Amino acid sequence: MSENKHTSYISGKESRRITKFNRKVTKKLESERANANKDPQLYTTKMKDENNVVEFDNVCTFFFTEVGTVKAVDGISFEVPKNSTVGVVGESGCGKSVTSLSLMQLLQRPTGQVVGGEIRFNKGDGTAYNIVNTPNSIMEQIRGNKMSMIFQEPMTSLNPVFRIGDQVDEAIILHNPDMSEEDVKARTLELLDMVGIANKEGVYSMYPHELSGGMRQRVMIAIALACRPELIIADEPTTALDVTIQAQILDLLENLKKKIGSSIMLITHDLGVVAGMADYVVVMYAGRVIEKGTADDIFHHPAHPYTIGLMKSKPVVGKKVEELYNIPGSVPNPVNMPNYCYFRDRCEMQCDMCSGKYPPSIKISDTHVVSCYRFYDEKNVIEYPKTVNPEEL
Amino acid sequence: MAEEIKKVGLLEGAENNPDNLLVVKNLKKYFPIKSSFFKMTVGNVKAVDGVSFAIKRGTTMGLVGESGCGKSTIGRTILRLQDKTEGEVYFNGKDLFALSKDELRKERPNIQIIFQDPYSSLSPRLPVGEIIGEAVREHKIVPPEEFDDYITRVMEACGLPEYAKSRYPHEFSGGQRQRICIARALALNPDFILCDEPVSALDVSIQAQIINLLRSLQKEFGLTYLFISHDLSVVEHISDTVGVMYLGNMVEFAPTETLFKNPLHPYTEALFSAIPIPDPDYQMHRIILEGSIPSPANPPKGCKFHTRCRKCMEICKYADPNFKMVEDEHFVACHLYNTEEENKIAQRLTEEAKKAEKEEAENQKNGKKK
Repeated sequence: MSENKHTSYISGKESRRITKFNRKVTKKLESERANANKDPQLYTTKMKDENNVVEFDNVCTFFFTEVGTVKAVDGISFEVPKNSTVGVVGESGCGKSVTSLSLMQLLQRPTGQVVGGEIRFNKGDGTAYNIVNTPNSIMEQIRGNKMSMIFQEPMTSLNPVFRIGDQVDEAIILHNPDMSEEDVKARTLELLDMVGIANKEGVYSMYPHELSGGMRQRVMIAIALACRPELIIADEPTTALDVTIQAQILDLLENLKKKIGSSIMLITHDLGVVAGMADYVVVMYAGRVIEKGTADDIFHHPAHPYTIGLMKSKPVVGKKVEELYNIPGSVPNPVNMPNYCYFRDRCEMQCDMCSGKYPPSIKISDTHVVSCYRFYDEKNVIEYPKTVNPEEL
Repeated sequence: MAEEIKKVGLLEGAENNPDNLLVVKNLKKYFPIKSSFFKMTVGNVKAVDGVSFAIKRGTTMGLVGESGCGKSTIGRTILRLQDKTEGEVYFNGKDLFALSKDELRKERPNIQIIFQDPYSSLSPRLPVGEIIGEAVREHKIVPPEEFDDYITRVMEACGLPEYAKSRYPHEFSGGQRQRICIARALALNPDFILCDEPVSALDVSIQAQIINLLRSLQKEFGLTYLFISHDLSVVEHISDTVGVMYLGNMVEFAPTETLFKNPLHPYTEALFSAIPIPDPDYQMHRIILEGSIPSPANPPKGCKFHTRCRKCMEICKYADPNFKMVEDEHFVACHLYNTEEENKIAQRLTEEAKKAEKEEAENQKNGKKK
């Protein structure tokens, strides 16, 4: 909310202009996608590091909405190494879910589009998919098979008219068409057992409404694990659950990770959950990565003022403080982002450079990278985030 | 056995103590289950099943528990937004449910509520000044000529700018809207505010702003809060006393520090062990509770927690534990802390219940044979 009274209103003329522009851009992007179908060269690249499962490289995901172009994800780079858990933390609207949806190609098209950068997904044979350009037919083989997703709300992500068994079976049959019916069922029961459902035969023939929230989330996890994926994306897997059930699910995820050896990308706003689970942490703010590093770096030596503020503003059991620290103000309007550091207006540690360009990512230790001018040093600058100007598309 | 001792009551005469602003005694709220045909009552959902507590003036009581345990139902029943089934609620020494409509109306400004979802609890058609001022005018809190100044003052106290008065709720962010809700409650100059999960819909950085605001308002105006939340770390931060609920019953009640240092009830223990700590080096010792919360329409016999309890004993399955004081101001409902006398009663009840069960089973067998 700003002092200017009419910022949230758009004139008819302006609105027509935006609609016309959106139509033009999305049409062009869609036709480019259609062309990419033909040539596998267009969507095959090489990983920077073979030990990573996924590499995000300056990914830009924009939404062409009626009020203007929303830069939901604006040039983010991070990687998910093999056999590790990466926690993505941030407030609502900071782009963490959009990041995962871009990776799964589940964005609401044509409004939402990945307009720039590369998302490299390791094939395992020295080459990689560039998810941004991969056509749907290939994506169908990857999705659910090589990477799968656990959604936030187990209540709404299971189909109410199919039995649990059928829903787990479906994922297996789709990616293993040669498997016999008995084998599929045996595998489903094995999965249900693995996620800690005691009455697996019973649950196999139940409908989702007969299960509690925690049980439904277990079924969701079973579906995600069906094809032994290399990457599991858990998008706020415990937010809709109670504390005691949350403990059950987190325990389960931790054990499963050890058992099947896949990577987990854990998206959450709860720092406590991340601390217990993650090896690496990525902190996002307003569509950009502002800090990334190992869990130890982030929790014991937070560098970005936003991360520091976030840590201090959450009450912690056993540590009594008289008054909680609060970060003043709120997130800037995503349609109209400033051209200086997005956090400057809320920051209490500003320096002179903050009013200039958006800060580059700066290396402060081997594993720890932060985007803040407080640590600015010519030698350690990695790169400035590359964004895409929607007008040039 | 519970009945025998609850009648004596922990809060005997508590409503006459001027220190206590709100006293709730053995409050029950059942929701009838109607059959689809003829609308007959076929059973009851025991949302709140005998809860007693007292809140001292100027303090905050936290109420925690899993979803569906009856936290919000307690809040709404205390406010008389819905009728009780049984029990008493005393506010300032007056029995709220004995008040007539007119008397209740006079009492209403003193008891206010802040709802969970700031997006759906504000009328989209009214400007903010009117949302805050409507009740002020209705209850004639200030003379009409001071009205405008008063609203500005209240808004200022809640950190809202004056120009917000003519704006509509959709122009504000979640945190700002929650400030409007707080201003609306505060404008009536209440003694008591019920906060029903006021921060769970907000982001972490905004949560801190709202919690700090609530605390500073409490200091300034001497407010009393009942703070309902499922976030234990928030409750620990803001409350002076905490009540833990499970399936319509209060299982533990104590001053915050005592409770968090030394939880006595096995459920509280498990609940606290499940709180995620934002420190990667911290070794969690989670006590994993098996299964999930049973249906309140058909709660288990005896102690309601016995189906998930690690320390379940034979008596827990049949006898309802007492809610009683174990240490100084530390109340708990668990057989683990029984006196010998109570144990004897529990044993007797267990045997009786077992006998009855056997007889019933035999009767059923015989009935089938016939």
